[in-house]
Amino acid sequence: MAEDFVIEMLHITKEFPGIKANDDITLQLRRGEIHALLGENGAGKSTLMSVLFGLYQPEKGVIKKDGKEVRIKDPNDANRLGIGMVHQHFKLVECFTVLDNIILGVEETRFGFLRKDEARKKVVALSEKYGLRVDPDALVEDISVGMQQRVEILKMLYRDNDILIFDEPTAVLTPQEIDELMEIMRGFKAEGKSILFITHKLNEIMAVADRCTVLRKGRCMGTVDIASTTKEELSRMMVGRDVSFAVEKKPAQPGEPILEVENLVVPSKVHKNDAVKGVSFQARAGEILCIAGIEGNGQSELVYGITGLEKVTGGHIRLCGQDITDAPIRERSKAGMSHIPEDRHKHGLVLDYTLGQNMILQRYWQPQFQNHGFIRKAEVEQYAEKLIRQYDVRSGQGVDTIARSMSGGNQQKAIIAREIDKEPQLLVAVQPTRGLDVGAIEYIHKQLVAERDAGRAVLLISLELDEVMNLSDRILVMYEGEIVGEFDPAKTTVQELGLYMAGGKKQGEAKA
Amino acid sequence: MKKSRKPLSQNAALIGVLASLLSIVIGLLLGYLLLVILNPGASAKGMAAMLGTGIASLDKFGKVLYQAAPLMMCGLSVGFAFKTGLFNIGAPGQYTMGTFFALVCAIQFQLPWYLCLLAAMIGGAVWGIFPGLFKALFNVNEVITSIMFNWIGMYLVNLLIANMPTMLASAWGASNSDRTAALSSANPGAIIPKGGLDKLFGNSSWINISVLITIVVAIVIWVVLQKTTFGYELKACGLNKDASQYAGINAKRNIILSMVIAGALSGLGGGIYYLAGTVQYVIEKSVLAMGFNGIPVALLANSNPIGVIFSALFISYIQVGGAAMQPEYSPETTDIVIAVIIYLAAFALLMRGVISKAFANRKQKEAAKK
Repeated sequence: MAEDFVIEMLHITKEFPGIKANDDITLQLRRGEIHALLGENGAGKSTLMSVLFGLYQPEKGVIKKDGKEVRIKDPNDANRLGIGMVHQHFKLVECFTVLDNIILGVEETRFGFLRKDEARKKVVALSEKYGLRVDPDALVEDISVGMQQRVEILKMLYRDNDILIFDEPTAVLTPQEIDELMEIMRGFKAEGKSILFITHKLNEIMAVADRCTVLRKGRCMGTVDIASTTKEELSRMMVGRDVSFAVEKKPAQPGEPILEVENLVVPSKVHKNDAVKGVSFQARAGEILCIAGIEGNGQSELVYGITGLEKVTGGHIRLCGQDITDAPIRERSKAGMSHIPEDRHKHGLVLDYTLGQNMILQRYWQPQFQNHGFIRKAEVEQYAEKLIRQYDVRSGQGVDTIARSMSGGNQQKAIIAREIDKEPQLLVAVQPTRGLDVGAIEYIHKQLVAERDAGRAVLLISLELDEVMNLSDRILVMYEGEIVGEFDPAKTTVQELGLYMAGGKKQGEAKA
Repeated sequence: MKKSRKPLSQNAALIGVLASLLSIVIGLLLGYLLLVILNPGASAKGMAAMLGTGIASLDKFGKVLYQAAPLMMCGLSVGFAFKTGLFNIGAPGQYTMGTFFALVCAIQFQLPWYLCLLAAMIGGAVWGIFPGLFKALFNVNEVITSIMFNWIGMYLVNLLIANMPTMLASAWGASNSDRTAALSSANPGAIIPKGGLDKLFGNSSWINISVLITIVVAIVIWVVLQKTTFGYELKACGLNKDASQYAGINAKRNIILSMVIAGALSGLGGGIYYLAGTVQYVIEKSVLAMGFNGIPVALLANSNPIGVIFSALFISYIQVGGAAMQPEYSPETTDIVIAVIIYLAAFALLMRGVISKAFANRKQKEAAKK
């Protein structure tokens, strides 16, 4: 008997100029299963899902729904076939209520007036049935990221979709919220809905998925049953070699304080309150100090204040004893600060410059690279080539490659090479592994530990709790612009950190 | 190790040149269509005049070069600002200011031509600094301020010249008082020398060394943008303001400097045109078109300083040809035809996409055959 596939994507090939994003990929989704799609960044997961959702047309291959061939020309077609998607970056209208967002596009009207009563009943019923707690009348801009995600899920349910695509849904959630989401997904499965779950987190796949299709460099590496595989096996399929998950490092030997932050206040760009409300801490030589927290609790602004991208309105910052509170960025850089920025496209690189030009972005003015205002091209190329070799930055045309054309992982490696080679006293690394694949993450972690061992202070800001637990020597948790706790990673758990990150607990209060 | 040659379809410079040429051809075809509609009988002759006049005689070719020089400066001005992420639509105002400074030095102060040109640059730079300051300090869009400064500049210059009796032609033996004095009578020493070029061009009355000056300036600008740390900073600011801030580049200083330099270039253009000794500044109530024509010149050249040399020559060539289409076509209609050609020429960017796609398609078909 033929298997009961609800969606089949057979031999899909999708090319972009220069690369085959999908090369003969076959993915078959059974009715009522949770099917994980695993792959490194740039492996073609998003392209494949965009093909299924009608955003791209494949060059080759067919899509079948319930065994019949279908053509999906746009997301409306996908919706008609019962395919819904929770995008990695939510697509909600911020100033609308939850209810308005859910019914947007499929509103019931009578004589041109909206009829929300029935919609509200349906939303409340759905939300109770699946345990998706939302407040239908709250404005989206006021609710937490977790609730926004539940709104996205309700949007799919409201449209009676029974094939649900989740694109990296856990990236923005706290551990508790992730557990909840897993429960909800199991609930859908019990209802007979089919789920495609895109992720690069192996733990989550092991916890919730039935089967897993692995992509590597646009090719399908196979589909495996989760019950009969291991994490190590999956990661080998994904990366093509063995990967160590634990970061190997010796115990830290903290020395003198390098960075001293005192009662720092940084205003917010999006609202009138301060984003950082009087934060104090020290980062010492030879330790990795990690600031953990859920996105949007002031970590970005704290970094802007320390690195000089944003003017601070209160407090003091000292680097190696020198007051740099109001120093321009160039002075901070000279004083020994390196910064791996959160957004590598916005801050980290001039994307239309070549790799070589980007490698000297922080040091083009140094005598090594210029002579009476003229750039010493040969020196620049030689230096860039050295960095490219040393840090294994891969690109099409070496130093002449336009940064924009490089993969995210290699762009990040280029930034890390540039910032580490400055031999800083303090390395500020903001989400240095965001969106990168296992191989690149492993590499970057090793580099950060090497910097620590070389006696530098590393200030790591990360949203990934695994990274926080593995890498740091000391953890500060930030919640709503304040530091609410300090932890030793050896003596705490992910669950405890999660509690502080969500604002459920505060160390000062407990003592008082 | 030799670098492997890039395949034809990926050579950006080649595609750029092809795109510009293709849009010129399309512009000419549409221009011809317009001529046929407006006056079918004379259309062939008109088109021949437009395309042939520039090389019909050495004298006319001299005129092409003479008109290309100020165009080149305005094109460089717009292109330079554009490379640094600013849209300098204030070239006409800076050009007018440059003209004023040059003429005051020439007529009122009786200075030699090279000092007058220097003054022209200063005049343009002064007019460029205001939009730069507003942009850098208050984040006011430079397009708005520079448009306003076009009008302020024009009326200010008109007002000043009208109230400076020695500046006017009437003070130097001519009868009209609506224009500045002819340099031949007021100060022959302020006329840009011909440097023997006139002999080369069959005693052309138009040609002088200004086209050489502008080509040198274009090369200097190219060197500044390509080879210096200053150019590196300016382009970084233009391409990614946030990343240049992150790199500790003083973006505000660079915005102001960029506008000052752009202004100086436009100003020099004004000086070059009015110190040729062939035209007088007439008090008028419309912003001088020369500055605006710098925009298509820069667009056609994709803001490349070396490309600006050629695009300015092309537009000047068309203009000289257009002038020869009279009397069959009125000056207004030739202006329209020229505008159509220039307008379409500025579609080079669009054409670049079309050509890249055509290359890609062909490659795909070839691949399919195999």
